[in-house]
Amino acid sequence: MGKCMQGFLDEQFMELEELQDDVNPNFVEEVATLYFKDSARLINSIDQALERGSFDFNRLDNYMHQFKGSSSSIGASKVKTECTMFREYCRVGNAEGCLRTFQQVKKEHATLRKKLEHYFQASQ
Amino acid sequence: MLNPGVVGGSSNSDPFPAGLRVLVVDDDPTCLMILERMLRTCLYRVTKCNRAGIALTLLRKNKNGFDIVISDVHMPDMNGFKLLEHVGLEMDLPVIMMSADDSKSVVLKGVTHGAVDYLIKPVRIEALKNIWQHVVRKKRNVSEHSGSVEETGGDRQQQQRDDDDDGGGDNNSSSGNNEGNLRKRKEEEQGDDKEDTSSLKKPRVVWSVELHQQFVAAVNHLGVDKAVPKKILEMMNVQGLTRENVASHLQKYRIYLKRLGGVSQHQGNMNHSFMTGQDPSYGQLNGFDLQGLATAGQLPAQSLAQLQAAGLGRSSSSLIKPGTMSVDQRSIFTFQNSKSRFGDGHGQMMMNGGSGNKQTSLLHGVPTGHMRLQQQQMAGMRVADPSMQQQQSMLSRRSLLDDAVVVRNSSRVLPGATHSVFNNSFPLASPPGMSVTDTKGGSSSATAAFCNPSYDILNNFPQQQHHNNNRVNEWDLPNMGMVFNSHQDTTTAAFSASEAYSSSSTHKRKREAELVVEHGQNQQQPQSRSVNPMNQVYMNGGGSVRVKTETVTCPPQATTMFHEQYSNQEDLLSALLKQEGFPLLDSEFDFEGYSFDNIPV
Repeated sequence: MGKCMQGFLDEQFMELEELQDDVNPNFVEEVATLYFKDSARLINSIDQALERGSFDFNRLDNYMHQFKGSSSSIGASKVKTECTMFREYCRVGNAEGCLRTFQQVKKEHATLRKKLEHYFQASQ
Repeated sequence: MLNPGVVGGSSNSDPFPAGLRVLVVDDDPTCLMILERMLRTCLYRVTKCNRAGIALTLLRKNKNGFDIVISDVHMPDMNGFKLLEHVGLEMDLPVIMMSADDSKSVVLKGVTHGAVDYLIKPVRIEALKNIWQHVVRKKRNVSEHSGSVEETGGDRQQQQRDDDDDGGGDNNSSSGNNEGNLRKRKEEEQGDDKEDTSSLKKPRVVWSVELHQQFVAAVNHLGVDKAVPKKILEMMNVQGLTRENVASHLQKYRIYLKRLGGVSQHQGNMNHSFMTGQDPSYGQLNGFDLQGLATAGQLPAQSLAQLQAAGLGRSSSSLIKPGTMSVDQRSIFTFQNSKSRFGDGHGQMMMNGGSGNKQTSLLHGVPTGHMRLQQQQMAGMRVADPSMQQQQSMLSRRSLLDDAVVVRNSSRVLPGATHSVFNNSFPLASPPGMSVTDTKGGSSSATAAFCNPSYDILNNFPQQQHHNNNRVNEWDLPNMGMVFNSHQDTTTAAFSASEAYSSSSTHKRKREAELVVEHGQNQQQPQSRSVNPMNQVYMNGGGSVRVKTETVTCPPQATTMFHEQYSNQEDLLSALLKQEGFPLLDSEFDFEGYSFDNIPV
């Protein structure tokens, strides 16, 4: 994991790399691909929920719980941090905070995606 | 997987527990992929699944196809804890829960639902490397309860069959060897009176509806607390059934009853306090049973109340009229009841055979309410209608001698609603391998089976009741209720139970029960029958059952409630003794008071 990844990915990512071997040479990339695909779906759901403006915090929190779970499983530390913040805003029912934080979540998510794309390209 | 027949085939250098068959359930595809990879790295045989419903189906179809299940807590189609319960009851496989949620309450919930472990996500491979210990442990525990040669033989065959089915080949044989080694190791360690093929991995007996009915009949006949596997086995007289089969089934049955009782964990803990001294192996069951009984028997509301109590902070005093019940009276209650109860061997309540004595003595110190719980529990067990129990307890609370009420309630409770649940829950709940179809078909018969034995048992109570009429109001009601209930279809019980009480507590219970029922219902649909009953049972059993769960997650609160109850107990008892009609039990706390009343902690 190069310097560009520092801070963006934690040791969990390294765990994944250790799972990669000759038999499963592209494991990490496969996982990352799956993650981005699945998380895009979640982001969509949250976006829609927020746009509705009804702010069903329970529901939002549910989505974010899932999102956070996936993100942490691939070691996306910054994304995870933003997720935690979002959930905290949900907990206290702060709609404004949720909206703001979610923008951060998306931002970090997009950044990570780019970085990983480069990372995988570079390792090929 | 473990092939007892293949012993020491390969050298111990073979990486045990390679080949462990793991079923991993998680709706998150990323996590699922990672887990699968990790488990494969551990040389386990992995089956992944993203829906609990599918997982259950898989497990049911492959009765002995898996060694362990790992499941996420939050899943869209079914709560991970539900899956956990089902697996525990139907397949008796060790289940590991996982979640990104590491809050104590959730972890505790996992423990109380029977999870063998709880992993916090993101899961690391190190955590997965040792999951095999749970498989070994479970088998050891099971083996300790029995030592049937037959089973081992059957098991061996099964093992070999499994291996063969796997397609043979080197992989299988090596894993078989590994398993064989494991088995051998276990055998040696356990030193049970097993054949070389340990009974660690018993062939999974399919507890059909009929079989379970026979089982329940035998248990009821013997008395729950006196029912020991050997006797049950003798009574059942089923060829091919081993004592071990019965033992493990009995264990599950008791746990199930406990759940039906819906005693909150909190209660259970309290019960434990006076349960001390009991055989640890039973203790747990007893403790739980008590809880369940207490909850079910006495006052489902109580449990609910307790559960709620933590949150609601109500006290039962509001419900209880300050009574003049003296401690003596109470003791009399307790003593008489307990003695008579136990004397008659009706202690089937929670008390396991071995612990009967202990329980009795414990009971002495235990408030009547406790006894009542037991009674009700028994009734509940017989009838297997948690809602009924609830009602009973409710009734007893309100007015000991209010037979009319009792009848009313019981009638409401009994009919119909819970019937299916009842039937299903019992046969389905405990016996592993009950298929949906079996359940359905057997439901009516199961009910009958349940009812009949209960009749016998319940009938005994009325007699006792008469004795203690004045004083044993508490007992009477439950008994009476039980009697009534047994006569009636329990189906509606659950539902009616929820509706029976108009008090706030009832209300609360009702709400909870309704919620629970709904939940159960929803779940039932996609689930197989066997699943449904379980759900229903849980639901119906009450809100109490559910509540119990909830409560468990809030131990501190429960504790608070507990104290409150104590203070209210006296009032409750006195009120009861006086046979005064209670003002509508407005608070579910009534029950709470009951259960904890006189409980020497």
